[in-house]
Amino acid sequence: MTSELDIFVGNTTLIDEDVYRLWLDGYSVTDAVALRVRSGILEQTGATAAVLQSDTMDHYRTFHMLERLLHAPPKLLHQLIFQIPPSRQALLIERYYAFDEAFVREVLGKKLSKGTKKDLDDISTKTGITLKSCRRQFDNFKRVFKVVEEMRGSLVDNIQQHFLLSDRLARDYAAIVFFANNRFETGKKKLQYLSFGDFAFCAELMIQNWTLGAVDSQMDDMDMDLDKEFLQDLKELKVLVADKDLLDLHKSLVCTALRGKLGVFSEMEANFKNLSRGLVNVAAKLTHNKDVRDLFVDLVEKFVEPCRSDHWPLSDVRFFLNQYSASVHSLDGFRHQTLWDRYMGTLRGCLLRLYHD
Amino acid sequence: MPGKLKVKIVAGRHLPVMDRASDLTDAFVEVKFGNTTFKTDVYLKSLNPQWNSEWFKFEVDDEDLQDEPLQITVLDHDTYSANDAIGKVYIDIDPLLYSEAATVISGWFPIYDTIHGIRGEINVVVKVDLFNDLNRFRQSSCGVKFFCTTSIPKCYRAVIIHGFVEELVVNEDPEYQWIDRIRTPRASNEARQRLISLMSGELQRKIGLKVLEMRGNAVVGYLQCFDLEGESGLVVRAIGTACTLDKLSSPAAFLPACNSPSKEMKEIPFNEDPNPNTHSSGPSTPLKNQTYSFSPSKSYSRQSSSSDTDLSLTPKTGMGSGSAGKEGGPFKALLRQQTQSALEQREFPFFTLTAFPPGFLVHVGGVVSARSVKLLDRIHNPAFVGIMGNTRSYKLLDWNSFNSDEPETRDAWWAEIRQEIKSHAKALGCHAVVGYSESTSICEEVCILSASGTAAVLNPRFLQDGTVEGCLEQRLEENLPTRCGFCHIPYDELNMPFPAHLTYCYNCRKQKVPDVLFTTIDLPTDATVIGKGCLIQARLCRLKKKAQAEANATAISNLLPFMEYEVHTQLMNKLKLKGMNALFGLRIQITVGENMLMGLASATGVYLAALPTPGGIQIAGKTPNDGSYEQHISHMQKKINDTIAKNKELYEISPPEISEEIIGSPIPEPRQRSRLLRSQSESSDEVTELDLSHGKKDAFVLEIDDTDAMEDVHSLLTDVPPPSGFYSCNTEIMPGINNWTSEIQMFTSVRVIRLSSLNLTNQALNKNFNDLCENLLKSLYFKLRSMIPCCLCHVNFTVSLPEDELIQVTVTAVAITFDKNQALQTTKTHVEKSLQRASTDNEELLQFPLELCSDSLSSHPLPPAKEHLESASSNSGIPAAQRATSVDYSSFADRCSSWIELIKLKAQTIRRGSIKTTVTVEKASPVGDGNFRNRSAPPCANSTVGVVKMTPLSFIPGAKITKYLGIINMFFIRETTSLREEGGVSGFLHAFIAEVFAMVRAHVAALGGNAVVSYIMKQCVFMENPNKNQAQCLINVSGDAVVFVRESDLEVVSTQQPTANCQSSCTEGEVTT
Repeated sequence: MTSELDIFVGNTTLIDEDVYRLWLDGYSVTDAVALRVRSGILEQTGATAAVLQSDTMDHYRTFHMLERLLHAPPKLLHQLIFQIPPSRQALLIERYYAFDEAFVREVLGKKLSKGTKKDLDDISTKTGITLKSCRRQFDNFKRVFKVVEEMRGSLVDNIQQHFLLSDRLARDYAAIVFFANNRFETGKKKLQYLSFGDFAFCAELMIQNWTLGAVDSQMDDMDMDLDKEFLQDLKELKVLVADKDLLDLHKSLVCTALRGKLGVFSEMEANFKNLSRGLVNVAAKLTHNKDVRDLFVDLVEKFVEPCRSDHWPLSDVRFFLNQYSASVHSLDGFRHQTLWDRYMGTLRGCLLRLYHD
Repeated sequence: MPGKLKVKIVAGRHLPVMDRASDLTDAFVEVKFGNTTFKTDVYLKSLNPQWNSEWFKFEVDDEDLQDEPLQITVLDHDTYSANDAIGKVYIDIDPLLYSEAATVISGWFPIYDTIHGIRGEINVVVKVDLFNDLNRFRQSSCGVKFFCTTSIPKCYRAVIIHGFVEELVVNEDPEYQWIDRIRTPRASNEARQRLISLMSGELQRKIGLKVLEMRGNAVVGYLQCFDLEGESGLVVRAIGTACTLDKLSSPAAFLPACNSPSKEMKEIPFNEDPNPNTHSSGPSTPLKNQTYSFSPSKSYSRQSSSSDTDLSLTPKTGMGSGSAGKEGGPFKALLRQQTQSALEQREFPFFTLTAFPPGFLVHVGGVVSARSVKLLDRIHNPAFVGIMGNTRSYKLLDWNSFNSDEPETRDAWWAEIRQEIKSHAKALGCHAVVGYSESTSICEEVCILSASGTAAVLNPRFLQDGTVEGCLEQRLEENLPTRCGFCHIPYDELNMPFPAHLTYCYNCRKQKVPDVLFTTIDLPTDATVIGKGCLIQARLCRLKKKAQAEANATAISNLLPFMEYEVHTQLMNKLKLKGMNALFGLRIQITVGENMLMGLASATGVYLAALPTPGGIQIAGKTPNDGSYEQHISHMQKKINDTIAKNKELYEISPPEISEEIIGSPIPEPRQRSRLLRSQSESSDEVTELDLSHGKKDAFVLEIDDTDAMEDVHSLLTDVPPPSGFYSCNTEIMPGINNWTSEIQMFTSVRVIRLSSLNLTNQALNKNFNDLCENLLKSLYFKLRSMIPCCLCHVNFTVSLPEDELIQVTVTAVAITFDKNQALQTTKTHVEKSLQRASTDNEELLQFPLELCSDSLSSHPLPPAKEHLESASSNSGIPAAQRATSVDYSSFADRCSSWIELIKLKAQTIRRGSIKTTVTVEKASPVGDGNFRNRSAPPCANSTVGVVKMTPLSFIPGAKITKYLGIINMFFIRETTSLREEGGVSGFLHAFIAEVFAMVRAHVAALGGNAVVSYIMKQCVFMENPNKNQAQCLINVSGDAVVFVRESDLEVVSTQQPTANCQSSCTEGEVTT
């Protein structure tokens, strides 16, 4: 006796959260059944393995049919085929677009192209996430990217509107899209200690301050691209390290202000010129696409690592950066105060976030 | 020009990409009704076109309005080649044809294609302007309401229940026409869908005409089925119960809402003498007189012998039981006489209803069923062609083929079966059959026609206009205190139609009851049940040799009696194993396949307090000398006894102990007895009646004499009860549970198994089938575990044998949650509560007339002088009436209010004619409905797609149905040539059923409704050809579209209502709450 056909269709579509998770995690029906058996569900409900198999198959089929709609979440809301309560719809969407930290760290800043897709095999092996799940997550990134790529207005709002994601998840996607668009390097060994959250935090600051949308939301090239003009202007900051008087003045201002307040004052004093050079040079180099990509590598190399090797506590880093940015206002010869604030305001936030073990 | 149909195409959305180059679609719409077609403009390059068309107007006969569906086709415009069809929407405009239902159809409909499924949605608005047609000879029956619900719909009351209506139409199946060889599968499917839609429309119209002839205004329990007879054609047949319904003017039906109740109070005094002699001497009301004078000779002369004997024999019954003889005997006779006179005029006194207004059902005899095996190829025999000579005029549909079969052949077949049912009922001393249904099973050219129902004695008051109200009083006296009346035997004790063991009713101790009762109806609401009920199924397979035509039919008809016998035995065994004594909702399905017959019986077992405690099951071995064998036997016996004890505990069956002396008659020995009269015949008149009782055996003994019997016993014990927190039944509601919460989940589950052809023995087959059903149930319990505590209600199993080695089981049911704590309380305090209710109801009753009287005065600011007089006169009449009622109903708790309503209603009809009444009701209803619609709108507006509930039940727990919008009857075909790509057979069917649900919901929503009640999937024919990567499926569903309001919302409404009332009452009557 073999079952040829076995289906269950409810007027309200039944969604089993546990099975949905297994499906999203890319398990085959057989694996999912095995995992469910291990969870002790048979003992709890008195069901048999055959029942579990049938139930799992059924849910998988439903999810498979829903997947097409999940690719365009507003469709899920308007479609008539599956009657699903709104709360469940939200859950389906949110979970579908959720991603694994390990996976996102692998592809963050990479071009969302076929080439990358081919590497998913390796990512799957490396992270232990099933290839199926990797593909889903990758396709989600790519889909969101494609939809919002050409759109005006706030990146987060656009994502939220077209994919009906929660605020938090929409922000994460904004970061992913932003990183993918600007191709920031995040995979270097030096950057491995950073979490997706660190990058997402930086991305948000950069979107808020460094993009075209930050200045004028009416502009065509909104939140995705960095403000080219601003990057060009950043060259002007070079004077802070090129002009020796200015550099010395800056140093003395900072040192005076921080004397006695910093545990690592001597180290700071010794390293000031190096650090300042590093930070300003990063700014000056941002005109080149390649250097933009290496932004995080540079920041870690030029600032985070030196400080870390001298064992700066985070509070000292904060004191230093605050004073370092603020003191520029007292440099009479320096004319680019607004530019400096736009650059350093964001950078200070980023650096503080990046500064950890 | 009796009607103008107006259609507007608003917009489309989610259309499929039809032009690969642009990834867009140039869509336009064709709107077709009858032979007229309109087109919208082409909306270029969009997947969400906004046509915003003008109103397309069709001027048509109302006959066409009833028959034809509105056909909307969405196409992709193509400049160079033929336009590609995207899909279609068929809209049945019937709901717009009667005033109380929907006024407009407006909403998003899924665009359906038989090959691709749903492809986007289209927004359509449809309206109908009807002109009154006073032509007496008209062919249309607009205005007759149809209900799938097999009880009186919730917001109506039955004035008269007229009786059985049936009709069938036959046509050639487009799938089997020569043209099918050259057209595409899509064209062929669409031709079929359209044809069936047309035929259903025609059928409904014809039934409507019959109802009008009977002076009814509605069909309740409407059941329409298709027989796909292959080469020999396509039959669409329907049965139903014609009624005259009156809308309750207010959604809060628990108050007898009547705008002018005082007027009919005068009619109430029940001075009718129960003695039959009075009829000849002097009838007290002129109307009753009319009834009898209508065909006096008929009603008396045609009294059948059974009732005559009864008249003379009942007094004997009475002697033993004292008072019962005096009252019950003559009354029974009177009732019979009256019922008979009412029913004799009908060809078939059948009722498709399964639940009845209180008081309708007097006695229940038992299940009656008849089957007949027919050869479809015989239709072409010259002998049958002869029948075509005496045809009525029958309008052929589109295909004007003369080969098409006349419906008379099938009519004759069904008439034959119905006749048999009628005679079986008579043998049980009953004049009517309730819970009646018909079905077919077709395999190649063999067709089994089946009909079954429950023989019953009915209260004639509902059957005929103006029949004696007096009997009411009598009837109440007889079985009011007991609520067991329906269990009492209707047949004559000394002349029993079959060997049965009778005892005195355990409730009233006056009348005789059988030891077991089988019925096809729902449990009457007033029946006293101990504990809970449960689903009981008997499953059976029988191998049969493959054979052709005549030989095949003979083989089948030879097998049928054995199948029926075994199914019956199984049911009886399982019932006893559960410790119960009655079955409700019994449905026995016999399915014929190429090489086997399948029998599946489902019913809900309960313990009726009025019936004796069932005896146990004893096992006897054949070889008593063998020690180990004996041990084995006793082991089995112990197991069985344990199971019975366990079940009693599980279903909370603890009947009060009754000692022998109290009963006054010996405690019945458990004994197998049958209430099933059956027969089958092979296109001939021979009627074989089968005695299903086990001869003279006193105790119910299972003899284990071979392995077969062993298997049987084993299978009895392998039926596992549902997991704790779950109950299941196949009736409307679960006996013993009455505190439903509002969560419901309707579902359809389909399973197909392939049998390995190697070891096909009856045992293996039985085991496979049994496992299939049990596993299916287990799966359901598992899937719905989040709803615990819950009950699966209206569990409906359908078996079909699509191919040699395939068995298909389809289940549709609804899971309803309930409150466990309350449930326990209620069962415990059931009796107390009902007593309380009785007293409160009684008080209410006393207040009614006065309240209502003042109501009526205030509600008619300018009453005509005549009415004024009337109400004044009835005012004076009230005290008497009041007294009368309070005496009569004192202990008849639940029914009181509705009784009053019915009586009033009757009086009203007598006085003023029903038309006037309806008018006043109508006036009030739009305001009320408007209110409710507004109130129910917000939740829909919140989510993008309004929720539409679906349920096979006639009600929605925790909610009140405020409006019936019309019948939903839809037929879909889906075909695929890429089965693997669509996820195999499971993926294909899963998607299709989901689409069918979606289309039903969309139609209901477009009618302005938020639920479908009495939903049923009547057919799910699935065929596959995996080698060709093809599959096809046909699904037919129906139900009643309704508007419901949550009871919690209703309370809010009713508190707000008074203000609205005050405002509106000044201008136009009142909105009754």
